[in-house]
Amino acid sequence: MSSHRFAVNVTPKPGILDPQGRAVEGSLDHLGIEGVHAVRVGRRVELSVDASDAASALAVVERLASELLANPLIEAYAIEAIEPVEAVA
Amino acid sequence: MPVRIGVVVFPGSNCDRDTLHGLELAGGEPVVLWHEQATLDGVAAVILPGGFAYGDYLRAGVIARFSPVMRAVEAFAADGGLVLGICNGFQVLAEAGLVPGALLRNRGLRFLGREVRIAAERLDTPFTHGLAAGGEPLRMPIAHGEGCYYADDATLDALEAEGQVLFRYVDEEGGQAAEDDREHNPNGSLRAIAGVLNAAGNVAGLMPHPERASESILGSDEGLPIIRSLVESAARAAAGERPLELVAAS
Amino acid sequence: MTIAEPEAVGEPAEPVEPLHRQLGLTDHELEAIRERLAGRQPNELELAMFSVMWSEHCSYKSSKPLLGTLPTAGAGVVAGPGENAGVISIGDGLAVAFKIESHNHPSAVEPYQGAATGVGGILRDIFTMGARPIAVLDALRFGDPADVRTRHLVDGVVGGVGGYGNCVGIPTVGGELVFDPSYQGNPLVNVMAIGVLEERHLTRAAAPGPGNLVVLFGSTTGRDGIGGASVLASATFNDADASKRPSVQVGDPFAEKLLIEASLELIERGFVEGLQDLGAGGITCATSETADRAGTGITVDLDAIPLREPGMAPFEVMISESQERMCAIVRPDRWPDVREVAERWGLPVAVIGHVTDDGDITVTSGGAELARIPAAALTSDAIVHQRVARAPEHRRAAPAPGAPTGASDRLPERGMDPGAVLLALLGSPNLASRRSVFERYDSTVGTDTVVGPGHGAAVMRIKGTSRALVAATDGNQAVGVLDPHLGAAMSVAEATRNVSITGARPLGVTNCLNYGDPTRPEAFWQLTEGVRGLADACRALGLPVTGGNVSLYNESPAGSIAPTPEIGVVGLIDDVAALVGPAFVTDGDAILLVGEATSGLIGSSYAALAGTTVEDGMPSLDLVREAAVQGFARDAIDRGLVESAQDVSGGGLAVALAEAAMWGGHGAAVRVPTSMSPAVELFGESPSRIVVTSTQRHAPALALLARQHGLPVETLGSVGGDRLQIQLVGTSSTGASEERGSTIADVLDVPLTALRHAWDHGLTRALGWGN
Repeated sequence: MSSHRFAVNVTPKPGILDPQGRAVEGSLDHLGIEGVHAVRVGRRVELSVDASDAASALAVVERLASELLANPLIEAYAIEAIEPVEAVA
Repeated sequence: MPVRIGVVVFPGSNCDRDTLHGLELAGGEPVVLWHEQATLDGVAAVILPGGFAYGDYLRAGVIARFSPVMRAVEAFAADGGLVLGICNGFQVLAEAGLVPGALLRNRGLRFLGREVRIAAERLDTPFTHGLAAGGEPLRMPIAHGEGCYYADDATLDALEAEGQVLFRYVDEEGGQAAEDDREHNPNGSLRAIAGVLNAAGNVAGLMPHPERASESILGSDEGLPIIRSLVESAARAAAGERPLELVAAS
Repeated sequence: MTIAEPEAVGEPAEPVEPLHRQLGLTDHELEAIRERLAGRQPNELELAMFSVMWSEHCSYKSSKPLLGTLPTAGAGVVAGPGENAGVISIGDGLAVAFKIESHNHPSAVEPYQGAATGVGGILRDIFTMGARPIAVLDALRFGDPADVRTRHLVDGVVGGVGGYGNCVGIPTVGGELVFDPSYQGNPLVNVMAIGVLEERHLTRAAAPGPGNLVVLFGSTTGRDGIGGASVLASATFNDADASKRPSVQVGDPFAEKLLIEASLELIERGFVEGLQDLGAGGITCATSETADRAGTGITVDLDAIPLREPGMAPFEVMISESQERMCAIVRPDRWPDVREVAERWGLPVAVIGHVTDDGDITVTSGGAELARIPAAALTSDAIVHQRVARAPEHRRAAPAPGAPTGASDRLPERGMDPGAVLLALLGSPNLASRRSVFERYDSTVGTDTVVGPGHGAAVMRIKGTSRALVAATDGNQAVGVLDPHLGAAMSVAEATRNVSITGARPLGVTNCLNYGDPTRPEAFWQLTEGVRGLADACRALGLPVTGGNVSLYNESPAGSIAPTPEIGVVGLIDDVAALVGPAFVTDGDAILLVGEATSGLIGSSYAALAGTTVEDGMPSLDLVREAAVQGFARDAIDRGLVESAQDVSGGGLAVALAEAAMWGGHGAAVRVPTSMSPAVELFGESPSRIVVTSTQRHAPALALLARQHGLPVETLGSVGGDRLQIQLVGTSSTGASEERGSTIADVLDVPLTALRHAWDHGLTRALGWGN
């Protein structure tokens, strides 16, 4: 068994209204920032999985992402492998 | 001639009309300050009202703090002007660094609309000098999803030492509520802090809504003295007295 | 015997469904469409427009003939059914706008967004009339609270109602939460909104004045809610291109708040000739309805519509249900003012067409005409179906009013302790405290809330006056499942009674009719009977129906929902200082029961709890008696004779007394004279009964007044102590029941603390919510 760490990035599905992204984009004027557009706001969940190999760990995260972390009706997700954290002594 | 008090309106502020109404009851003349304007129209004090400025999107208060009007509010505060932030207004002040600390999601992770009791820690401020001596609990509503007051231990110790804790959540007898007392400190604020002052004592923020406790027909009028204190302090400021000298004079 | 070889060449050809059927239209409906198009075949875009406008939700094609039988006229009714909301004058140049609407199916799919967009939609119906919304009431119905799917739905729906209403800054002050197995596959989310306007600002959703501009403002248009017309999407796009797949409607309450302020400013400054909100059917619905009402036409230029997504097909733009959009009819010289207001509030705004005098909805793009349909064909002249109603074979009729009642209800007598039954009822999911739900709502924003959720009707004061609006929602599905006419009438009776007992005078009724599949004769019979009951009750009480909503096809493989007519009532009290609440006020006050129990435990919470199947015993409703009870209540309160007033409904008399005691913090000791079984007396929910208290000094006058109103009245006892004590006396007390082999105790004696404990925790326990 080894520990594998992943990040799941959840964002609004393309085509779905993203009120947060739109509000952020609309506010950039006040910061005097130009040239920024297509803002989408989501969330990132980082987690470590104990599994016999990376593929099994990924399968666990896939399941978690599609059943819990993202709402498949309105959200899309992308999984990336990331550096493991220091084990607590 | 009633003193003019500004109420900032951001897109999404929804307690502005209530705040205007409360100011009228407290004897002030409310003035709407639109978020796009760069001046405060010569008001003697400013209130940032509650609501969901910019929908609370991204983080409550974070988009609002970059509004043109906030630059004017920051300058006004730096010059000793009186500023009160209520609920979302408190969140904006915290995001802008005009008061210490941050407001996190309620401990139960749910929006809460209910009545709480708060008590003033000190009566010698422009926001509390009109309250009755004796630390009576004041009943008024909270209505927020991000009202859990947070600062690190060192900051909290400093706030308490410097007298910057303005209000705390209390029980029916006026005793400070524990952090895990779901009934009396429902959002789990650290050290039961419901409101704070900045170091200079001219800017205050609190999460509960005194303007919603301004008439007995609404269930409580115990919030009105807070607004009245601000109006009276602002009147003295408009007359040329420095509001902070009130603190020393009390 | 030879065995045929399967086709060797490729797959067998699939029969291709004609497009109109894929869009949900029948062959008969297609014929009707062609008739309205002077015989020609509609093109794909036109078919899409017809498919949404002739959907049940938009056209009311199954229910229109029935709705025409409702009483809609009344003093002060300024806008009625057919408008976006009902509007009734309340004096001083003010009027109240109100309506209830459903968002059932979207909430089953995505509970948070379904509920949120439901709130958004009903709010738009209010402020599009020129009224500032002041309150929301939500009536929510689910299946088994122990079921994990139910818990997910409850959490999502409550979250969505709060998430939207709180952000937009309108208090949620009342509603219902009902659990019934028939909702297991079909939750119901009905939302009522109330607004106040100056009558001179009343704005209708009409498009007068050929040459006037059609202005769209609010959020941009995306692919939200394209739903059933997605077949057109698959015809146009590659299936694998997920980004182009039609999507769930997402609400943006921040945009709605801006929309409210901009719309009210436009109206108050006189910048618009007409205003219509966009909901079901999107731009197609808004343009066809406004044109039809004015007898004009509208030409829409697709290229001018602000879009959220690139490359949208014409049909997508025309039927998109993107939220938070309004359609204004604007005189050309007013356009710069309108643009300034919208831009100041940060809302996209564009001229998307103009009003014509040809009566058609014409869609153009790049100068070419893509569709042309008479506006009336999409709306007022939409097809109407005469559905077949057939009563089920076995059904139970309600006893006629005044029919002799008997103690014929069988009960689980042996060892039944009324106190234990009361605690069980108070702790049951349908009667327990809803505090854990309504605390997720902001009920005090707006500084108008005099009485918020949890204790009877909601009361909203009108600033600057001494008056207040009183509102309640009620729906009786437990009786309706057996007798839909009675269920609907009882729903109206209960909702109006909840308003009258505060001292307020009910002004009008809005209704959300939630029923099953109208092509099924028994379900259509239920709807027919429900409308009949609604009409009978409103007539008897002298109240107009000012509008509402019909939600059909609430069926799943598990079956149909129980017929659920959700009734919303708004009333007016002239002096809010005279307001009366349901809680006991002072020790020593006299407790009186006005009205009398009739036998019939069917449909009661007791029957549901005890699991009894009672052969006889349907409740009965005497509408004349109901009107008298409500008239008495208002009269008594007006004369200052009443300290508190509580109606007897869920859980019966014992629960009514327990609630009054808990909420007031005062116990009571009462003796109830009985001629029927103890269960009926204590827990029966027969209608038209109220518990009123008065000072001892006023008690005789109060009792006399009741008799003058022709009502039976009993003095039960008095307020005091810290326990609820009910003693049954009379022919059905212990002596008689012992003869029948019963050992029912006829004393109920429970401390308030025990009542509170059961009531406080019942719902959270049922839903598995940690405290």
